[in-house]
Amino acid sequence: MEELLFLQREILPALFKGLKVSILLIVPSAFCGLCIGILVGALRVYGGAAARRIADIYVALFRGVPLVVQLFTWYFGLPHVGIYLSPFTASVLGFSLCSGAYHSEYVRGALLSIKKGQLLAAQALGFTKLRMVMIVILPQGLRRALPGCGNELIYLIKYSSLAYMVTCIELTGEAKILASHSFKYLEVFFAVGVFYLVLVSVAGRLLHYLEEHLTLPGFEHHR
Amino acid sequence: MESAGFVSISEMEPILRVENVRKRYGKREILKGVSLSIRRGELKVLIGPSGGGKSTFLQCINYLVTPDEGDIWLEGRHIDHTHKRELYRYRQQVGMIFQDFNLFDHLSAVQNIEVSLIHVKRMDRKPARERAMAELERVGLRGHADHYPAQLSGGQKQRVSIARALAMDPKVMLLDEPTSALDPELIGEVLSVIKDLVANGMTMIMATHQIGFSRALADEIVFMEDGRILERGPPLKILSDAKCERTREFCSKITELYGEAD
Repeated sequence: MEELLFLQREILPALFKGLKVSILLIVPSAFCGLCIGILVGALRVYGGAAARRIADIYVALFRGVPLVVQLFTWYFGLPHVGIYLSPFTASVLGFSLCSGAYHSEYVRGALLSIKKGQLLAAQALGFTKLRMVMIVILPQGLRRALPGCGNELIYLIKYSSLAYMVTCIELTGEAKILASHSFKYLEVFFAVGVFYLVLVSVAGRLLHYLEEHLTLPGFEHHR
Repeated sequence: MESAGFVSISEMEPILRVENVRKRYGKREILKGVSLSIRRGELKVLIGPSGGGKSTFLQCINYLVTPDEGDIWLEGRHIDHTHKRELYRYRQQVGMIFQDFNLFDHLSAVQNIEVSLIHVKRMDRKPARERAMAELERVGLRGHADHYPAQLSGGQKQRVSIARALAMDPKVMLLDEPTSALDPELIGEVLSVIKDLVANGMTMIMATHQIGFSRALADEIVFMEDGRILERGPPLKILSDAKCERTREFCSKITELYGEAD
């Protein structure tokens, strides 16, 4: 009984507060990350030599350095050169750049899988390169990239918990504070686990729905 | 409008002139100086063994493959393919049909046609849709407008791709073995669409092994092998009385394979 009261009075309000911050972190990071990923992925396949090189370096850097190190750099490092970011901004920036690097890899793979004949056909019709990519390649490529990108979005939900390392108190941060005050680690973190599980499940359903919705006639999955 | 018996100079002049096209990939020389010109309303058929350079030559004509050397004139205007906008404008005037159709998989039949009208010709959506439907009608597929490529047969796909090219109002069409990927019973429907084009005076260069079709409709047959044009002439001459030994050998082989009938 006492446990239930603690759950209702202490844990849930704190976690809901944290959940709100988490969602505020995840949504813009997911959106920006995806945009960066599409842009960088497309540049890595269809960009000029210089653009391709820059994009490759970006991916090598942001995929190669641990996310915590990146977050620390944005939040604790940048003030040394006179740039001050709020914990929230530093987190969204870090998540977007990191997730963009991973997305770009899924997008690149998907773009490469589009048959070359369709590019030839678009060129033969007089499409400019930019329009060919925007109108013929990306709509097909992104459909194929969706399962991979969805995976990255799910992953983002979970690594958003790192924001508390740069003092942006989201779901995990709230739990950490609550647990260290009450010493009820098991109850608190069990509840946090359930929160993340629900978040991920909802995202998973949405992605699945999107995938079904975007399936082209004649390309239905063979089940 | 010319009076009977009078042929204007512009009609005698080639609409498309291709001079001395060369292309090499590494050490392999695929095209060793190929020239071809075609007048308005003519049909020229390219024949020859695969690997002989027919496909590369056709792709060089609209710069899908950039030739190492060679010049092209369309209606007397020299094409500067290094000039992007001029290249895009030129390609709009030269339609291309591929062996494996190359429809855009994510668009329905009618969308496949209107997409280039909207995004290349900058037409409004409504007239673009009307034009696309008219072209589908012309190839007998009005009822399939909302089908996606994966829901169409090979013959239907190729007819949509022809409709897509026609919607751009090309001055010349290049056809790269348009029936080679089709089941025998689907070849007829595509050839009959192409026949209509010939009857309507479309200028075409076509690589094909459909001998009966070529005999009946081509103005000239061009035999290509090993990156060169070995022989050219009217169909009857090339198919039954060729000067060159290789041409005779090849023609008798495909006549045997693809038959006399069309």
